Amino acid sequence: MTTAPQIWPDAKGRFGPYGGRYVPETLVAPLEELEHAYAEARRDPKFQKELDFLLKNFAGRPTPLQFASRLTEHLGGARIYIKREDLLHTGAHKINNCLGQGLLAVRMGKKRIIAETGAGQHGVATATVAARLGLECVVYMGAEDMERQRLNVFRMRLLGAEVVGVNSGTRTLKDAINEAMRDWVTNVRSTHYLLGSVLGAHPYPMMVRDFHRVIGLEARDQILNVEGRLPDLLVACVGGGSNAIGLFHAFLGHAGVKLLGVEAGGRGHALGEHAARMAAAAGYSGARPGVLQGTYSYVLQTPDGQIATTHSVSAGLDYPAIGPEHAWLADKHRAMYTAVSDDAAVAAARTLARLEGIIPALESAHALAELIVRAPKMPRDSVVILNLSGRGDKDMEILARYI
Amino acid sequence: MTQSATSMTNESRISRRFAELRKSGEMGLVAYITAGDPSLEATEQFVLAMAGAGADVIELGVPFSDPVADGPVIQRASERALRAGTTLAGVLSLVKSLRAKTEVPLVLFSYFNPVLQMGLEKFAEEASVAGADGVLITDVTPDEGAEYRQAMSLHGLDTIFLAAPTSTDERLALIAEASRGFLYLISRTGVTGAKDQLADELPALARRVRRVTSLPIAVGFGISLPGHVSVLGGLADAAVVGSALVEEIERAASVPAAAEALAARVKLLKGAAVAGMSQRELQG
Ligand SMILES: Cc1ncc(COP(=O)(O)O)c(C=O)c1O
Repeated sequence: MTTAPQIWPDAKGRFGPYGGRYVPETLVAPLEELEHAYAEARRDPKFQKELDFLLKNFAGRPTPLQFASRLTEHLGGARIYIKREDLLHTGAHKINNCLGQGLLAVRMGKKRIIAETGAGQHGVATATVAARLGLECVVYMGAEDMERQRLNVFRMRLLGAEVVGVNSGTRTLKDAINEAMRDWVTNVRSTHYLLGSVLGAHPYPMMVRDFHRVIGLEARDQILNVEGRLPDLLVACVGGGSNAIGLFHAFLGHAGVKLLGVEAGGRGHALGEHAARMAAAAGYSGARPGVLQGTYSYVLQTPDGQIATTHSVSAGLDYPAIGPEHAWLADKHRAMYTAVSDDAAVAAARTLARLEGIIPALESAHALAELIVRAPKMPRDSVVILNLSGRGDKDMEILARYI
Repeated sequence: MTQSATSMTNESRISRRFAELRKSGEMGLVAYITAGDPSLEATEQFVLAMAGAGADVIELGVPFSDPVADGPVIQRASERALRAGTTLAGVLSLVKSLRAKTEVPLVLFSYFNPVLQMGLEKFAEEASVAGADGVLITDVTPDEGAEYRQAMSLHGLDTIFLAAPTSTDERLALIAEASRGFLYLISRTGVTGAKDQLADELPALARRVRRVTSLPIAVGFGISLPGHVSVLGGLADAAVVGSALVEEIERAASVPAAAEALAARVKLLKGAAVAGMSQRELQG
């Protein structure tokens, strides 16, 4: 059954009650400028053409939708297809959004780009696009993430970006975003903040989603081609939620396609031990709607409204808030969310490496870990698409401990 | 300018204080410190010391884990306050205790999430009963602030909004319309923190704001020296000092020493403010 998709957000950047624009006054006019520039670019065929060209010739789109025959056989249930975003240039889906926003920055006459990064994939993609487009680039990264993803730090520096370590707070993604926002508020006239997920103030959650929408558009055509029908289930990991919404969005109007987001269950259910914002049903505590870094959504926090610390083996999922559109999809029961542990994710990475010859990013391995539990319980003629958001090269030092 | 009519009849402590200042031709001094740094008991002593030294309005910062609008000095103060166990509820009891001892206008300066989690209605009621006079939320602009403004005004709390160098004339009008008590003008793009010099664009910016409001204008961000305050004479109705005071607390060897240093700094800056239009301190 097909229902007409309601286009969110509304004019104020709201997905139902979620989203909005909670920023210091200094950033409001620049966000309005960005919103208008993006609205114009979206309607401009020249912009779209240039973006399509770079996505194809620089980033390597379209990515394959690969039938995972040995994994399917091993699990003995649903037919599993893998959307290979890991094959993109720089190794993750992040480049889709970076190319879009990079071109937009050039269009707005901004010569300097700043970004935050957790796993380093968004930082690498931003540094890559900045090099390709001739822009100055500064990337903020939590000191803990610089240690656990240091290969990506080298890559960014080789690409000519300045990487600034952030030592405040939890020394991870959240603190890197704080520092990037402080830079932006200071250098707002010369600088574009290239935010890396469907987070932050309007228009970011909408704009970043739109730039990743290509994932689902391709996957829909590809699955119709090979299976002659739509899938039963889509599975993706959810940090801020950009790769997940990128896959989900083209399917939102197809009510028969179930959507499943997988968060980081870390090493326990107590607040501080995980980064699961939407998985209260699975016993993960501490998330309530609140405002963090510009947007109203589910946030892991203490009873008196201080943002909680989080833990995940995967730096890209180690963040206390979820993108506002996901909160809305969960409220409407259009998408489901669950979480898997660090250990399950690491084990899943090993399984995929041995069965399919693909080493996934630890982020993507979370989606796979949940699929490994679910697929065997699904009928053999059912079809699942797994978003493989990135490859695991950056995680080799962590994975090496488990070989 | 319907705003002027309301603010003239508004009997809040903040409005009364600015009316007195206007009458005596003085510029006001607004003093910010982070509540709970290093403890709420210490903050009480600091507020009393600053009020005694001539501060016209005190802003009490509610510490938050992710202060995106703040520079390193106030970030560290927030961390110290949170480590000491400071909560919004605790800050409200501090206000209550202060109100029994001083009539100095008190503004609660917070990020939105702690207030939201307490509940807008509950927060407004408790803040008002405790004796707070105004509220400033760093990450709420008039665009997102309808519900918040309604809750605060229902309980007689002034809502103070920020105006920035990037604000368009259209936005300045919106901010003026939504502000009560005074309007807080950010002197430059950036986070909180002391600087050697005020931004060159400040005079033109202050004149743009003056055109859209008759509310008192307080200028903040980057003000630490008497010379900065003097420069504001004729441009603004008050100067806001924050990081420079928080730094005194950080530097001091003890709570009494910090209270003394705060009083001395406030006295010095208020002296420059009283001189108002005078430019002499600039040379001195
Ligand atoms: C490979 C990969 N997948 C997923 C994520 C999580 O981000 P999002 O939820 O926005 O897709 C990251 C973030 O760094 C990543 O590098």
